Amino acid sequence: MKTKMRALLLGTALAVGAASGALAQDKTAKVGVLTDLSGLYADLGGQGSIVAAEMAIEDSGMKAKGWKIDLVSADHQNKPDTGTAIARRWIDTEKVDVLTDVLNSGVALAVSNVVKEKNAILLDSGAGSSELTNTQCTPNTIHFTYDTYMLAHSTGSAMVKAGGDSWFFITADYAFGHALENDTTAVVKASGGKVLGSVNVPLNTPDFSSYLLQAQASKAKVIGLANAGGDTTNSIKQASEFGIVKGGQKLAGLLLFLTDVHSLGLNVAQGLSLSETFYWDMNDQTRAFSKRFGERMKNHAMPTMVQAGVYASLVHYFKALDAIGGNPHDGAKVVAKMKEMPTNDPLFGKGSIRIDGRGIHPAYLFEVKKPSESKGEWDLYKLIGTTPGDQAFRPLSESKCPLVKH
Amino acid sequence: MSISLPALSAQLLVGLINGSFYALLSLGLAVIFGMLNIINFAHGALYMMGAFCAYFLLNIWGIGYWWALLIAPIIVGIFGMILERTMLKWLAGLDHLYGLLLTFGLALIIEGIFQNYFGSSGLPYAIPDQLRGGTNLGFMYLPIYRGWVVVFSLIVCFATWYLIERTRLGAYLRAATENPTLVRAFGVNVPRMITLTYGLGVGLAALAGVLSAPINQVRPLMGENIIIVVFAVVVIGGMGSIMGSIITGFALGVIEGLTKYFYPEASNTVVFVLMVLVLLVKPTGLTGRAA
Repeated sequence: MKTKMRALLLGTALAVGAASGALAQDKTAKVGVLTDLSGLYADLGGQGSIVAAEMAIEDSGMKAKGWKIDLVSADHQNKPDTGTAIARRWIDTEKVDVLTDVLNSGVALAVSNVVKEKNAILLDSGAGSSELTNTQCTPNTIHFTYDTYMLAHSTGSAMVKAGGDSWFFITADYAFGHALENDTTAVVKASGGKVLGSVNVPLNTPDFSSYLLQAQASKAKVIGLANAGGDTTNSIKQASEFGIVKGGQKLAGLLLFLTDVHSLGLNVAQGLSLSETFYWDMNDQTRAFSKRFGERMKNHAMPTMVQAGVYASLVHYFKALDAIGGNPHDGAKVVAKMKEMPTNDPLFGKGSIRIDGRGIHPAYLFEVKKPSESKGEWDLYKLIGTTPGDQAFRPLSESKCPLVKH
Repeated sequence: MSISLPALSAQLLVGLINGSFYALLSLGLAVIFGMLNIINFAHGALYMMGAFCAYFLLNIWGIGYWWALLIAPIIVGIFGMILERTMLKWLAGLDHLYGLLLTFGLALIIEGIFQNYFGSSGLPYAIPDQLRGGTNLGFMYLPIYRGWVVVFSLIVCFATWYLIERTRLGAYLRAATENPTLVRAFGVNVPRMITLTYGLGVGLAALAGVLSAPINQVRPLMGENIIIVVFAVVVIGGMGSIMGSIITGFALGVIEGLTKYFYPEASNTVVFVLMVLVLLVKPTGLTGRAA
């Protein structure tokens, strides 16, 4: 037994030695887009995230520098077990270096553990839970685009300031929904408001009338929708049917994506406040990217912030690989390099990756335009406020991430 | 939690509204199963097609909600009849499992095609002008449209029940299920009748789709979530029993509504818990006859 063990250790040492010897020359990398390709979040990530990843690979200019970048993609069906099984297979047998998108917080938290265990990289763009960079942070995960803390602060504090000091939550009953509710509750209380109640709704509920009635009966001034995707659009549409906004209560879509607003139509969605970190119509660079993106999409959709985040985080990843001069296939090492380098891309502008893995860039408060103000199918938002990057996300002083030394 | 009577009555009414969708959908399933012995897993996809049909009628030809209520079930019904003639027909007399697999596969293909072209977030369909707004009932604000859904689906449910249980055509149909050879001997065109019955069941699904279009977004996967519940309704009501599925549909809507009030986390499982209980106590369903 002992000799066997020794032989095994020796073999491993040799293999590791050989691998590090090859390090300088290894200019290959494999990217895996793990997303929802068939379910309720397929429009906000899905095929668009794959397109964004392809564009990042092309725009990075890595090929001209002698790199070979491969791309694979898979549908995790919003199931954590499916997601982790794919992640294991990708990393173990298909040698995927970096997983991206991974929307749905339940899946993301599970995949993040696998990625840490196998020392790969997770560049999460689609998941919302701020736990990914808080108690659950790992040296292998970067949470790039947005999180529940940012959404809660940007939308929550703006609503309380505007007089909405009593809240009722309609919450999607899984990790993301609870995180969003907790984060927003903290903000509302800190701003002097109070929370009158909440109701946990199973994912993928077609009918929200029961919950809307409870929200209506609570007499709260603001009804916070701590859900996402089809659940949010259905609840907004049905809220208008039940005369909730007409009755004087305000709706706060805590996580609304461009595709949701597009799907609801401006008639129903007008006047809603929401927070995002990216909108296609911000400046010449975002418009140029979005035009190219739309040309590749079947329905000529504009990119959501999730898809934009896939692009921007991969661009940054390639910069780090280039700076290292080869792919060490060591997740923690590459992520450390990515944290060292400031981010700068055409979509999110200048920013950084913090020690806890949090991507830092400004957050924007938008209001959905009235039908009369919109000049085109995707002309949906007007900017009403900006929170600078250093204030938009959870300060490190409040962080419970073990990587942060207090 | 304190229980207030107004809140409770409101939940009961909302449950009734959802129940009317369950009733309409499970009615179609029951008709198809009772008459054709096919477990129609494509029902949810056909429900979705009904909603999409309404959307296309409005946005391409400018045909509004009221006509859509009539036209969409006919179009989708014809589609269903083509399915029956070209595919399901060949499975007559085989084990249920074949029909189930075929229709399940069809559902996946149909939903996949729609999702490919229209994405997952869905398309908006507005409530018709005549049914906009709502009334305050004292204990709740009732959108007029929801009230309309309950009344209309009750009428459709009982009309279907009457057609099958109380008319001569219905009698032929029931006889053809019992003994097709004998009914044929009397000169009744049984295959045509079966095709028309499938069309009727499918049309009912499409009708439910049109009814739900203004409430939910018109989404390719809208049928996927509801169909499983509807199957539970049919099982609880007794497979193939028309009246059983109508009553169970409404009753389960109400029970689900109450669960949403008392313990919302369980609202999407309560129906299945009931199904298990019913199967344990009375395997043929509440109104089913022993095989």
